[in-house]
Amino acid sequence: MKGIYWKLLPILILVYVMIQGFLGEVPQREILHETIRNLYFHVPMWFTMTAMFTVSVVYSIVHLSTQNAKHDYYAVEFANIGILFGALGLTTGMIWAKFTWGAWWSFDPKQNGAAVTLLIYLAYMILRNSIDDNKNRGRVSAVYNVFAFSAMVPLIFIMPRLVDSLHPGAEGNPAFSGYDLDGNMRLVFYPAVVGWILLGIWMTDLRFRMRVIKDKIYESRF
Amino acid sequence: MHAKFLGKIIRSFTYQSKDNLCRVQMMKSIWFLLRKDLLLEWREKNALSAIVLYVLATTFVIYQMFVVTEPSTWVVLYWVITLFAALNASAKSFIQERSEVHLYYYQLVSPQAMIMSKMVFNVILMTVLSILSTAAFGLLLGFPVKSFQIWLIISSVGSVGLALTFTMISAIAAKARNAGVLMTILGLPLVIPQMLVLVDLSKKALLVLAMKHYTGELMALLSIDVIVIVVALVFFPYLWKD
Repeated sequence: MKGIYWKLLPILILVYVMIQGFLGEVPQREILHETIRNLYFHVPMWFTMTAMFTVSVVYSIVHLSTQNAKHDYYAVEFANIGILFGALGLTTGMIWAKFTWGAWWSFDPKQNGAAVTLLIYLAYMILRNSIDDNKNRGRVSAVYNVFAFSAMVPLIFIMPRLVDSLHPGAEGNPAFSGYDLDGNMRLVFYPAVVGWILLGIWMTDLRFRMRVIKDKIYESRF
Repeated sequence: MHAKFLGKIIRSFTYQSKDNLCRVQMMKSIWFLLRKDLLLEWREKNALSAIVLYVLATTFVIYQMFVVTEPSTWVVLYWVITLFAALNASAKSFIQERSEVHLYYYQLVSPQAMIMSKMVFNVILMTVLSILSTAAFGLLLGFPVKSFQIWLIISSVGSVGLALTFTMISAIAAKARNAGVLMTILGLPLVIPQMLVLVDLSKKALLVLAMKHYTGELMALLSIDVIVIVVALVFFPYLWKD
């Protein structure tokens, strides 16, 4: 039962975000109209994905120094949930892009960078599956995780800023940065970020515990 | 525990400078391993000849299909071929020799010396290769780039970066079951930033531009190389021990 109370926090926050996000007042803008509500759902996905991948790479480095299997499990599960949130971010972004840019995919540097990042992390999962030895698997994939993280940073945070982009926040497009100043939206957006990250941690925790239990079952069988 | 780990990282940098004897040992073992690789290559000529044939064959296939290429297509095709040549050339770095042989090296040299020697070897291989494929491309598809010196700089910096990254990836992939396929899926997405910068640089080289227009992106590529080398020096020891 211990540690169950903090889980109320994401539930409450996300219920608030859902109600306020779908029913609350939003500024009416050209092109965007009601799609501006995507700010509450699309943007926190990327915040959460980045948070998950960061924690994952930290656990990988800790695993290299301690060789403790639990740290490896945390690393892989944080990466797994990060991939899930990344895929959701990409999907919500594509739906939004269809209504504002007119196409699901428009060779935008941010879309491309995000897709490549997901490819890299999926490769991380495939690498794990193709190493049989348990001890080797943790070590080798931890090293790759460091590479994956150091590729993610330029792909998502640096390269899209160097080239033109349709995405809000770049020139020549209604940018969210202007609308963020709307106090009402901030009141929903910041809690949304916290809520989604907490939900991600909760999901990771569940999957981590499942992994530990599976290990125990496996050990008791052989 | 963490202090110990931090100490390990710091030592991997200071290892060479603190003690003169150690530095000599390190340089000596890098040279020893590199000479061994070069000698093996010279005797058997399997890596170089295979890669040279690979480049010639693909260039010829492209020539037969395109006959005449647009300058911008030329650049992209050049980098695609170099990319896959680098992938194939460095894939063998760690699976060429049996794991027993690696166990033997493990007792003789430090892991840093091992990865550095492999990186230097692949860099030499790829630099030779980039000159060769420039020659093959120039012969068959023409040479749309305005300045030969600038092209030489771009293509050698590019192939050095690819060689360094793929050497490290091949060390990772060598530990898994299907190293060949893994090499591709682990390596290709990782080099996309480098490839984009390289194609951008090469397209600039199609115009007449002064050197100062290239320096920014060349510096970016070199800084990627530095990051790869540092990460390799710090993390390769964990990969190598079995």
